[in-house]
Formats: sequence, C-alpha cells, structure tokens
Amino acid sequence: MTRVRTNILVCGGTGCLAGESEKVLRNFELILNARGYGEEVKLIKTGCFGFCEQGPIVNIEPDDIFYVRVKPKDVREIVDEHIIKGRIVERLLYQEPKGNEKISKQENMPFYKKQLRIALRNCGLINPEDIYEYIALGGYEALGKALTQMTPEQVIEEVKKSGLRGRGGGGFPTGVKWEITKKQKNEKKFIICNADEGDPGAFMDRSILEGDPHSVLEAMAIGAYAIGAHKGIIYIRAEYPLAISRLNKAIDQARELGLLGDNIFGTDFNFDIQIKYGAGAFVCGEETALINSCEGRRGEPDYRPPYPSEDGFWGYPTNVNNVETFSNIPPIIIKGSVWFSSIGTEKSKGTKVFALAGKINNVGLVEVPMGTTLREIIYDIGGGIQGGKKFKAVQTGGPSGGVLTEEQLNTPIDYESLTEKGSMMGSGGMIVMDENDNMVKIAKFYLEFTMDESCGRCTPCRIGTKRMYELLNKITAKKATMADLDALKQLAYMVKGSSLCGLGQTAPNPVISTMKYFWDEYLAFIKDIDHPRGEGKYEAKNKAGIK
Amino acid sequence: MTKPAEISVTAPVSEHLPKEKFDELDAFINQLETREGALIEILHKAQNIFGYLPRDVQLYIARKLDIPGAEVFGVVSFYSYFTTKPRGKHTISVCMGTACFVRGADRIIERFKEKLGIESNEITEDGLFTLKDVRCIGACGLAPVVMVDDKVYGRVKEEEIDEIINSFRGKKGGENENKVH
Repeated sequence: MTRVRTNILVCGGTGCLAGESEKVLRNFELILNARGYGEEVKLIKTGCFGFCEQGPIVNIEPDDIFYVRVKPKDVREIVDEHIIKGRIVERLLYQEPKGNEKISKQENMPFYKKQLRIALRNCGLINPEDIYEYIALGGYEALGKALTQMTPEQVIEEVKKSGLRGRGGGGFPTGVKWEITKKQKNEKKFIICNADEGDPGAFMDRSILEGDPHSVLEAMAIGAYAIGAHKGIIYIRAEYPLAISRLNKAIDQARELGLLGDNIFGTDFNFDIQIKYGAGAFVCGEETALINSCEGRRGEPDYRPPYPSEDGFWGYPTNVNNVETFSNIPPIIIKGSVWFSSIGTEKSKGTKVFALAGKINNVGLVEVPMGTTLREIIYDIGGGIQGGKKFKAVQTGGPSGGVLTEEQLNTPIDYESLTEKGSMMGSGGMIVMDENDNMVKIAKFYLEFTMDESCGRCTPCRIGTKRMYELLNKITAKKATMADLDALKQLAYMVKGSSLCGLGQTAPNPVISTMKYFWDEYLAFIKDIDHPRGEGKYEAKNKAGIK
Repeated sequence: MTKPAEISVTAPVSEHLPKEKFDELDAFINQLETREGALIEILHKAQNIFGYLPRDVQLYIARKLDIPGAEVFGVVSFYSYFTTKPRGKHTISVCMGTACFVRGADRIIERFKEKLGIESNEITEDGLFTLKDVRCIGACGLAPVVMVDDKVYGRVKEEEIDEIINSFRGKKGGENENKVH
C-alpha cells in the first residue's frame, strides 16, 4: 500500500457543489497527476464543513490549513505552492470581516471555536461514500456494543438517561418514545427516519445525510433493536438528490458488510432499511401525515391519539425520529449518558444544529451546546450582521416559530426558554434580519408559505391562513384600517387554538410575534392613522398591543 | 378479489404519449414487490418518464392499480413536486426559501416574470422555459440562488438576469455550459 503523506479534503456538500467544488476536485486530480503526486496525495470529497458562506472549502491535512472560496483556477497554485513547495497560499486563507488577520487553522476560527460537534462529528472529515472511513472513526461500534453487550431495555435506559429530546422541533424525550413503542405487543414494528426537512432556509438534516449517512443507518439499527423492529424506512424529500444517492450507496455498503440484513454482528437481530420519497409537502414533517404519505396517500395528518407508537405504519407500532436525533445516538451509546447529559442546560441536553442564514456574515451550519445564547451564535460564530448594518430580529423555528429581538439576544437556547419568549426551537432554521427588513412583509412571507402548505384537512387552517394572508396583503398595500389589524389578531389566535395539527397551530406564530415586538411597523401601513414610526407616540399602544 | 393486473388496461397512446413510455411505466409497476402503498413511488417514476402527469397518465395508473382516478388526482394535486402541465426545455427555479427571500429573491423572481412574460409554473410561448418558485435548495450561503436545470447561479443580481436567460437562448438543450460565473 502506498503511503499517503497529504490528504486534500474538498467539501462536496450541496452549497459548495453549487460553487463549483466538483470542478475544483477535478482540477486537483488532473494537476496532481500531471505533477506526479497522484499517489502520495489523496483527494477526499467530504460532506459539509458547515462554513457555507466561505465555500468551496478545501482543507489540507495533516498540515491543518483551511482554504476558503477556492475557485477551480486556484487549484494550480495550491498544488504548486503548498503541496509541492510547502508554502501556504496566503490569499486563500480565511480573513476575519473585522480586522485583517488571516487565519489558517480551522480550530482558531471564531466560526468553529464555540461549536461542539456531536451530530456533525464526521461531516467534513470523512468521505461519506466510503463505509470504511466511517468505521475507522469508530463507526458501527455503537451498534456492535448495543447488540452484543446490552439488552434492548438497557439501550432505552441509556437514551432516557442521556436526556436526548427530539431534534425535529417537538422536543419529546427520545428514550420515552422508544419505550412506549417497545411496550406494544405486536410482532411487527417499524422505525422511521423523518428526513422530510421542509422548513425553507434550513438544511441541517440534509447536511448530515450528505456528510455522514452511516451515522443515521447505525442509529436506526440501534433504535430498531431497542424497540423490536426489523424494518426501517427513511422518508426523504425528492428534492435532495445528493442525499438520496449517498444514502443509497451507504445502504448498499452496509448490506455488503452485513451491518444491515440478517444476523447482524452474529446475533439473531435482523434489520433492513428502505427509502421512501416525499414529493414536496411541508405538512409531511408531522408524523401522522408522514406515515400517510409513506403509505402512498395524501399526506394529511390524523387525530392523535392513537400515536404512531401504538398505531402507525399500516397500523403497526411505529417509532418516528428525526435525522439529527438519530445521529446523536451512536455517541450516546459509546460515550454514555453521563457524558451526554453533562452538556447543555437542565432540561435540554446535548447540542443543537442550526442553519444560520439571512443577513449574517457567516452563513452556514453550526452546532452548539444547548444553553449557548443567541448573541454568541449570531455575533461570535456568525460574525455579526452583513455590511455593518444593525441587527433587527432573528427568526427561529422557521414558519412555525417567531421572531426574537435585540432584547432577547441573551436568551440561552433551549426548548423551554425559546417557547417562553414566543418562538420555538423548531428543527434548527435561524434567519437573521437587519434594519432594512420590514417585519410585516416577513410575517406575510411565512404566512404565504403555511397557507400554500396547509393540507386542507381542517377548516381553521385551510380558511384561516388564507384570510390572514388576505389581511396581510391588504395591510402591506396600505389599504387596511385599524379594524383589519384587530381582525388579523383575533384570527391569529383562533387558527392557533383550533387547528388539528402542528402546522396550523403554529402558522400564526410569525404574525403574533411580529405584532408583539414590531407593532409600530404594522401601524405604519394603516391608512386611518398618522404615520407613527419614529415619533414614539404609539409606544404605549405597542406595549399594550398584544401579550 | 380480482388482482389489478388481471384487468386489461389500454394505454391511451397519442402523439405526446408514445407507447414506449407506457411500456417503460408498465415494466416498472410490474417489478414492484408490492403495489400496496406504492402510488407515490409510481407517480415519481411516471413523471420521470413523461416529464409531467397529464390526466390520461393519471387515469392509466388508476386503472392499473385498480383505484379510483380521483385518488390518484388527489395525490398528484397534493404534492408540489408533481406537475400536470408539460415543462419547457429549461426549468428556471428561483429559490424562495427564507434565506434567499431576505436577500432579495422576491425581486429576482419578479424580474424573471417580466423578462419571460410568464407567471410561476407557466411555460414560455416558445416552449423554452418554465419558471418555478422553489422552497430552499439548500445553498443558503449563495443566496439569492437561481437554478437553471442543474446549474446553480449564486448571489444573483437583478442585472444578471438577461445574461442568464440569453445564455440558454439559441442553444440546443443539453449544451448549456454558460459563461456567467
């Protein structure tokens, strides 16, 4: 075997591929071969590094040099200067937006410093299309440990004790969910991975599937063993072609090595995974809707209870977990619940991945311990607001969440504190807005989305969101009166209170929270009163406006 | 109970829906392990083969699976990925995810509508372009993003739109190596 002296890691996530990282890879291959270094230098196409703003990213190991915004034409210089002569190409190093300092090492970048990567542990580190790279970093060890040294009850106990909660946004304790499914007496049970990431502007799950697909397969097998299932389904958006192809490859490789299939690790445990494709419906992230869609029908939600853990896929007990939840499982099994529960806050343990986007300097994927404040995420990791503008608000939880303002920036991130402030954890979308964004228009944007995505099953959501949207249109067209504002407010609470599923119950959140914090921006659109903005005379009304 | 496969189903072959395509769809349906719950999978395949899902194809699938046509239409109309109208040679997808929205995607799509003279989900008269607004293609670092077929354009400015459109005009499909970026 040839000894490889240098590894060149090129990001192959969707964001960087859109920035021509495929061409970068091809140029590396051509030029390395032409210079005769094809043998001793290995090229690796990895999953997402997370630092999408600076993509395409090239990391040279073991030198630990992190090049950003590498264009195909830069490759020659990297090979000739760095690989051959050992001289770092300064101009391709990351530079802080403030100050002129160039930073060459990943761990020294503010973007990475405050992050703790558990779910994303392998993203940007391994070639996701090679199962041996996953195994080399301890992959499938957790499955082996669970199957050969632990009973299903012990696995569930460990997950329960870890304090892991659903990362899709619900925050339900994962171990408890497993326990309920395990208790069902049926012979046949299913475990489903929810990879129908519908929140526009969020790409956490996609990056995990693209960058580390085996971590999800392994966790599903562990979960299946714990609850007593033999079949798994990954429900994924058809709009994620790259994630789908990497998942398919991963499943084939795992089957080949006997890590999926019959008698895994020489035990009598059998498990296999099938992929089902979504077709573009936000509501399918709701677990009963998702199951209906898996069965080939319209993805409309059902009344709960009964919960899927009792009556799910084709009527069998079914456990549905989100991608990020699953990717936390192998480390919990290996390192133990004590380690995991030492991270985070009292009620929210571990880390959370956020897709940081909008008017922020460092757009990308970040994973932080629970309890990190919004300020740390936006300013320390995110590098602050683009173009030196003033921060206005941040939306968490996507179309189901709400906005938080300057005043709440010191809020530590966990499930309870975000809900308390009128937003929610959600699946991890985090959109930053600056002083130029009009919050009424933002609320309208989200409402248009939920209106389009309302499945039509229940009246409050089907008609309520439509009427709310019409009112918002009237407001932004400056044709509305104070009575319309009142109607909008009333309608918001009605839709929230009477819709069947989470989509409708949370759809008014963007409107409610923007009314609460940016009442004057609504008033500015109203025709039967004076323009109030900046004069402060509606301050009092603002405070009393909405609770 | 009669198995669906035993009912004879005639393919509604026409100029736009050639027989070979129905054969391909048949072959796919026949190799499925089970037809139970496979409707969405079959529709994905059918859209792949025909490019869209016209009424005739939907009815054909309904007969094949022995389910009401309304059930098939119910599913097709539910999911945004399925389309019942033919597409232009090139599909221009403007990302309307939140990250792109706050970086001006609404103005970008308006400009495209103006230049092409169509609304979203419509096809230009010459059959060259379909305009679509899509929800997040996940390249938020490059916002606002426009995708023409498989080619991604990042940090798109309003002034660049003409250039993007023109790079696909007067070229045969498939040879769309462009020069913008």
